[in-house]
Amino acid sequence: MADTAFGPARAIPPAEVEDVDLYHAKSWVTKYVFSQDAKVIAIQYAVTATAIGLVALVLSWLMRLQLGFPGRFAFIDPSHYLQFITMHGMIMVVYLLTALFLGGFGNYLIPLMVGARDMVFPYLNMLSYWIYLLAVLVLVASFFVPGGPTGAGWTLYPPQAILPNTPGYEWGIILMLASLIIFIIGFTMGGLNYVVTVLQGRTRGMTLMRLPLTVWGIFTATVMALLAFPALFVAAVMMLFDRVLGTSFFMPTIVSMGEQLKYGGGSPIMFQHLFWFFGHPEVYIVALPAFGIVSDLISTHARKNIFGYRMMVWAIVAIGALSFVVWAHHMYVSGMNPSFGYFFATTTLIIAIPTAIKVYNWVLTLWRGDIHLTLPMLFALAFIVTFVNGGLTGLFLGNVVVDVPLSDTMFVVAHFHMVMGVAPILVIFGAIYHWYPKVTGRMLNDSLGKFHFWVTFLGAYAIFFPMHYLGLLGMPRRYHEIGQTTFVPESAQTLNAFISVAALIVGFAQIVFLFNLVWSLFRGKLAGSNPWRSTTLEWQTPETPPGHGNWGKELPVVYRWAYDYGVPGAEQDFVPQDQPPATRAV
Amino acid sequence: MGAIILFVAMLAVVVVWWLSTQRLTAKPWLEEGPIGEFPGTGALSLPAAKIGLGVFAAVVGALFALIFTAYLMRMQLADWTPLRKPTLLWVNTGVLILSSAGLQWARDASERGDMDGVKAGLLAGGVAAIAFLVGQIMAWQQLVAAGHFVASSPASSFFYLITAMHGLHLLGGVMALGRTIGKVHGHCAADEVRLSVELCAIYWHLLLLVWLFCFSLLLFT
Repeated sequence: MADTAFGPARAIPPAEVEDVDLYHAKSWVTKYVFSQDAKVIAIQYAVTATAIGLVALVLSWLMRLQLGFPGRFAFIDPSHYLQFITMHGMIMVVYLLTALFLGGFGNYLIPLMVGARDMVFPYLNMLSYWIYLLAVLVLVASFFVPGGPTGAGWTLYPPQAILPNTPGYEWGIILMLASLIIFIIGFTMGGLNYVVTVLQGRTRGMTLMRLPLTVWGIFTATVMALLAFPALFVAAVMMLFDRVLGTSFFMPTIVSMGEQLKYGGGSPIMFQHLFWFFGHPEVYIVALPAFGIVSDLISTHARKNIFGYRMMVWAIVAIGALSFVVWAHHMYVSGMNPSFGYFFATTTLIIAIPTAIKVYNWVLTLWRGDIHLTLPMLFALAFIVTFVNGGLTGLFLGNVVVDVPLSDTMFVVAHFHMVMGVAPILVIFGAIYHWYPKVTGRMLNDSLGKFHFWVTFLGAYAIFFPMHYLGLLGMPRRYHEIGQTTFVPESAQTLNAFISVAALIVGFAQIVFLFNLVWSLFRGKLAGSNPWRSTTLEWQTPETPPGHGNWGKELPVVYRWAYDYGVPGAEQDFVPQDQPPATRAV
Repeated sequence: MGAIILFVAMLAVVVVWWLSTQRLTAKPWLEEGPIGEFPGTGALSLPAAKIGLGVFAAVVGALFALIFTAYLMRMQLADWTPLRKPTLLWVNTGVLILSSAGLQWARDASERGDMDGVKAGLLAGGVAAIAFLVGQIMAWQQLVAAGHFVASSPASSFFYLITAMHGLHLLGGVMALGRTIGKVHGHCAADEVRLSVELCAIYWHLLLLVWLFCFSLLLFT
């Protein structure tokens, strides 16, 4: 690292102090409620996403109660069960993970990490949050309307999604589609902000190749989301037309409950194409921010530069691009030309290459690193293991011939929960333990955190590992009750009960985490401005938590990449990005 | 899925071209110091609003490309019967072209600093845009009068969907245009006015282009 392509004492361009054109809050309401400060908006996003996520957590308990102890809980009838799985899935994927990674972490970290004072369009940013909140409220409202929320499954496949005998036919499905449409409008406003802030708001010296991988991950995911969400938008609008106005975009000629419906000629497969054109990139919209964040956590807590930074960047971009040409691997059993299946299996397996590069690079970053087993590091390690697990079962499912018998079994449920449920959530926890000191100025309690980590990590495996086995036995997903079959042995029921108990325990462990978040806000150890001795700009702010406008009079100037840990000859084992070269001995 | 794949591929070309100018092969761990040596690798110097509009254009493009995708897929199914489009659409298309031209006129005038020209151009563009929207609603009424409702046939469903989607985007533009007209008549810096007018004009051209795509798709099928 001592060899530099630049002389150490090159003249620094004079600091141009731009006129600070920031919106200044005039009252309590505009400061904390209708705030245009990205940091406040980030917290609003995070709190709302967590709140609705807790609803989804409770729904998963209810499902597990039914699966583990069928018949014991009379109020969970088949309709309710379907409603629970639908709302659990949709909330977790869209309203929790997408909103938390992009709206929460994106809003908080992008301006700080690129050295900007705020997002470039603060007003639009505020609007984005309030529209998101409206979408959440519309979704929640569907629990209270006649007929309850929709039970169509989170994929909302027509024709069954809008047939009269599907739970939530009356209002649930309408509110679900309306909520998605509102969400996408709100997300687009936020997404424009994240993208343009990275493009235009970077401080001097912050080239693309000096961006922390967190920003690369969030940036690429946002670009993908801006292009993928319109597919869901179009699908939702068209299905709303089908349901409310009686058009036949997706609805074939159909007889329902002995009655010929007015629909005719539409194509349910067309919906699947549109849905998965959104749905598959969505997996990476959730995964890429996680990839980026975990890279930064590993590098910081192993006190070592990230291995293969360029490869990491290229891999993120490659995954982003490839994820737009794999969507039909979700449709192997939907009736497709077999050669399409061949094409999509190939692209699906190709995407494993950049993903594997990332996994190797994380492991190689750890190799001979000075690994501190802090909470963020524990979660990051757990993420790598979990993601590899989920990724490997993905190779099973990516192959048409293996996928066909496994389709719609618990194996699929186990696979996607590992890869896009547990893995990103572990990163979210790690990221919260990592950045909470910057957001609040206090550390989270370590003992409570360790308890939370071990219960969550081991518990998640207790839930999802056996589920693969149930899937291999042929236990179908989405069934309220299996009943007597020839292929599922009695012992599988014991396993199901075990999974349910584990799910309840893991769920309760999250209450410990929430308690820790609140308790540490008042009683946590004071953190100081840079407790992890990290290089990136957000830890170099003059105030902790960062004040309005993030920086003092002048914006920081960036002199180096984000991963100068353990540089030989440096005074400390890290060199902040804004430290000029001249001040350290070479 | 051809239309959307084509659109995403076109965007990918633009993105790859831009990334190729950003030194993605640099070894950042070897490059210490302020980077003045490599112009163009810092933040973009265009106004944020202009980049934002560019990104939004990509989103709108994707949205319409997806609708076209669905249209082309649905068209191949057995029950498709072409819809007789009202000839009024030709008139509306002409009006929308006038509207775009009006805003281009305003944009040119604002670059010359000719505020009267700006005012006239914006007003002409706005009036023509509203006339276009009214014309589209009249086209709907003609269809309804001829017995083509939203759910009558897939072609008519798509007709309403596409025109409504385009109309809503234009309506949003008209609101932004209203704010710009307010700015022009209020006390705003010339620079800010110039940017607003330019953004309106770009958005109008974009929606004109989208409409021409929609119109030819509707016309030929």
